[in-house]
Amino acid sequence: MSAPTTMSSLTAPRGSRRVTDVVVRGLVYLSGVIAVVPLVWILITIISKGLPVILSAAWWTQDLAGTTDRRAGGGALHAIIGTLEIGLITAVVAVPIAVLGAIFLIEYARGTRLARGVSFMVDILSGIPSIVAALFVFAFLITILHFDRSAIAAALSLVLLMLPTVLRSTEEMLKLVPDSLREAAYALGIPKWRTILTVVIPTAFSGIATGVVLGLARVMGETAPLLILVAYARNLYLSPTSDTMATLPTMINTGRDVAETLAGYDRVWGAALTLILLVMGLNLLARWIARAGRLKDR
Amino acid sequence: MADESSPAVETTDETSTLASPTSPRSPLEAAVSSPLQLDHVGHAGDNSFRGAAYAAAFVVVALVAFVGVFLAVIAWPSLSRNTVPFLTSTVWNVSGTEMAFGIAGLLWTTVLSSVVAMILAVPIAVGTALLVTHYVPPKLGSIIGFVIDLLAAVPSIIFGLWGLKVLGPALGPLYDWLQRTLGWIPLFSKGVDSTGNVLTASVVLAIMILPIVSAMSRDVFRQTPPDHIEAALALGATKWEMIRTAVIPYGRSGVIAASMLGLGRALGETVAVMIILSQTNTPGINVSLFSGGETFASKIANNAAEFDSPAKTGAYIAAGLVLFLVTFAVNAIARLVADRRPRS
Amino acid sequence: MAKRIDVENLDVYYGSFKAVSGVSLVVEPRTVTAFIGPSGCGKSTVLRTLNRMHEVIPGAYATGKVALDGVDLYGAGVDPVAVRRLVGMVFQRPNPFPSMSIYDNVASGLKLNGVRDKSTLDESVESSLRGANLWNEVKDRLNKAGTSLSGGQQQRLCIARAIAVKPEVILMDEPCSALDPISTLAIEDLIQQLKELYTVVIVTHNMQQASRVSDRTAFFNLEAQGLPGQLVEIDDTETIFSNPTKKATEDYITGRFG
Repeated sequence: MSAPTTMSSLTAPRGSRRVTDVVVRGLVYLSGVIAVVPLVWILITIISKGLPVILSAAWWTQDLAGTTDRRAGGGALHAIIGTLEIGLITAVVAVPIAVLGAIFLIEYARGTRLARGVSFMVDILSGIPSIVAALFVFAFLITILHFDRSAIAAALSLVLLMLPTVLRSTEEMLKLVPDSLREAAYALGIPKWRTILTVVIPTAFSGIATGVVLGLARVMGETAPLLILVAYARNLYLSPTSDTMATLPTMINTGRDVAETLAGYDRVWGAALTLILLVMGLNLLARWIARAGRLKDR
Repeated sequence: MADESSPAVETTDETSTLASPTSPRSPLEAAVSSPLQLDHVGHAGDNSFRGAAYAAAFVVVALVAFVGVFLAVIAWPSLSRNTVPFLTSTVWNVSGTEMAFGIAGLLWTTVLSSVVAMILAVPIAVGTALLVTHYVPPKLGSIIGFVIDLLAAVPSIIFGLWGLKVLGPALGPLYDWLQRTLGWIPLFSKGVDSTGNVLTASVVLAIMILPIVSAMSRDVFRQTPPDHIEAALALGATKWEMIRTAVIPYGRSGVIAASMLGLGRALGETVAVMIILSQTNTPGINVSLFSGGETFASKIANNAAEFDSPAKTGAYIAAGLVLFLVTFAVNAIARLVADRRPRS
Repeated sequence: MAKRIDVENLDVYYGSFKAVSGVSLVVEPRTVTAFIGPSGCGKSTVLRTLNRMHEVIPGAYATGKVALDGVDLYGAGVDPVAVRRLVGMVFQRPNPFPSMSIYDNVASGLKLNGVRDKSTLDESVESSLRGANLWNEVKDRLNKAGTSLSGGQQQRLCIARAIAVKPEVILMDEPCSALDPISTLAIEDLIQQLKELYTVVIVTHNMQQASRVSDRTAFFNLEAQGLPGQLVEIDDTETIFSNPTKKATEDYITGRFG
């Protein structure tokens, strides 16, 4: 301790300490590189194989009626419409329950044992594998209630997946609404429910919308429930009660074994690129909504 | 002050509380003469809205309960007709009148592929989380974080397609080398399939759970109390020593919880695994990472077309029930670990 | 529209913790009464019991009597929501609703209480903003977000919002503590004008402010941490600041503690 301060005592640590530090730094940077590789690789693969397919106008305006895997032509309209339709039905059912559930957790039961219990169940629900959600709907609607498979059945199983995602994100957003705003509303003699609807929800709106769009992106990419609950078709079906409806994920799944030399093989990559564009587009939209909301608050 | 009071007093109690002092009956006078004055404030709205919120919460709880109950109800008749031990048998024959189905093989492949995925993913996820929070400038960190988060947005069918057509073939030479040099270990013994094997599925699963584990680890590392970090640095710690003494201990339970959540995701992942794994007809358990096989989820999804009789469906639903219970347990553990995290 | 407030033997609890004990005081109509005292003495808590805002905190409750011109605010059948329409409140930090324009902020109380008529709303918004000395500054940008205003303007917006529902009493919980000196002055001027129409009760940490704006001053204190706060004395502001009865008040006024 009493040794005089010299230049050497102020330089970087030497020996094993320094080696360890440098090695760890190298590993940390390496892990960053490894983590980025798969996304880039996947995107390059899908864009290079799928881009030529989706650039034709027919891809966006026609279904596959009358074409075979051997013949080129046709499009993915049936699958795009099906994906959007099932996604929409899912959102219509899931979002109100999710938002009300979040309101329960934050506005009515915050800090209570009941809220902790429900919150735990939300975690469990968000961990349910999509195949189990599908089996549940199959067991309930089809085995017990004797309904047929349908687009609605598929959407209902997707509700189980979207509900916890949107509920959690809405809960986080409601938490961010300062209590001072609620107090301001109460002090004006505004009843609690109107305070929630006209002050709390509008304040958190962009955040809630972001969560909804992200949840939608997640369920639109889901495949397993569709395999079990609605059959794939090469034609465009619009009715939600139809037992066949195409979606982009099931279009990919159906064509995955087509030989590489056939036109149907290229369409699989086209469908994959279309699905990626849809899902990534929704993700960017979500980011944009979140950012727009933040700018407005300033 | 605007005077809208005179008509308001006659209309409803609600608006009359807004009356101005020029009004013949100010609200308080009204309150004195009719004690109900202060009572009537649209409680129908409050009650029905609260009811809706409670109902939504009930739906969430009921759904979780129903999933377990309905699966059990449908699975039970088939389980009672089962001629082999459900948990320890590896046969799966549900087409005939004599039903025989066991999940030992499914359980092995499911757990093996998921655990290997976790072993591959967690170090990379922790590394990137440290990179983003403590090595690069915040701006670059948020870009890297965004790219990794985008990985979570890729649909699983696309991971499956890419794993089957691109990644598996690309890893072929590595698989050959591993089998040649480590083949004496059963886990690395020569398998049946060249690329559609458990290891390819594990690598893809690892990529799929990477963003989940990474994002949660990032959050906990970022919350490390600055005074812990400064205390370590003030003692002359190098960056790594600071991370080891301040960041890692603080974030450990968060990382464990994140890993458990990732494991839960991997156990239940369906389509990517279904596409990649080749189904094998060899009886018994395929020990090697280089063989094909089936997980709970892929078994169910592969046979969706067979759900024509309640008995058959029940067998698959029994498998689904086991998967549900396993993921339930893993997620519950994750939650318990996360709750034990120190709060800053 | 100003009303007299009678507080008798008020105890306030947060769960099992007794935060305030045995407060009795009278607030005359059309006066400004200041609550002063060290942190934790319960002055804000007492203020919040005057419009039952303390009930927003789970587990909080009050016993005793708070009467507005003789009507017990805690009597059977009294709805806290209705109480708050009669007794408005302005908070420590300006809290305009971020999702609403200036106009909508002021109109929010009326709208949410069922007033839909456009001309009534227009009239009320203008008179309230005039009443809060803000009209000239914002009349050309009523559709801009309330949060786009400066801190002092936001606080006057919150006052306009509070007076738009025509309360009997306005409670202010340290309304200037987040503001710069010039904005503080503007609010203090406004308080002087408000008392011509309303009964005003203000909690403040700033003793100069209490002596500048108030007619009556109540000094609250607590004997030790963990013990409930109590009202030490209430008197004309001049008396409190020049010749208080109690030693504790004199010590606090002269800066010996707190």
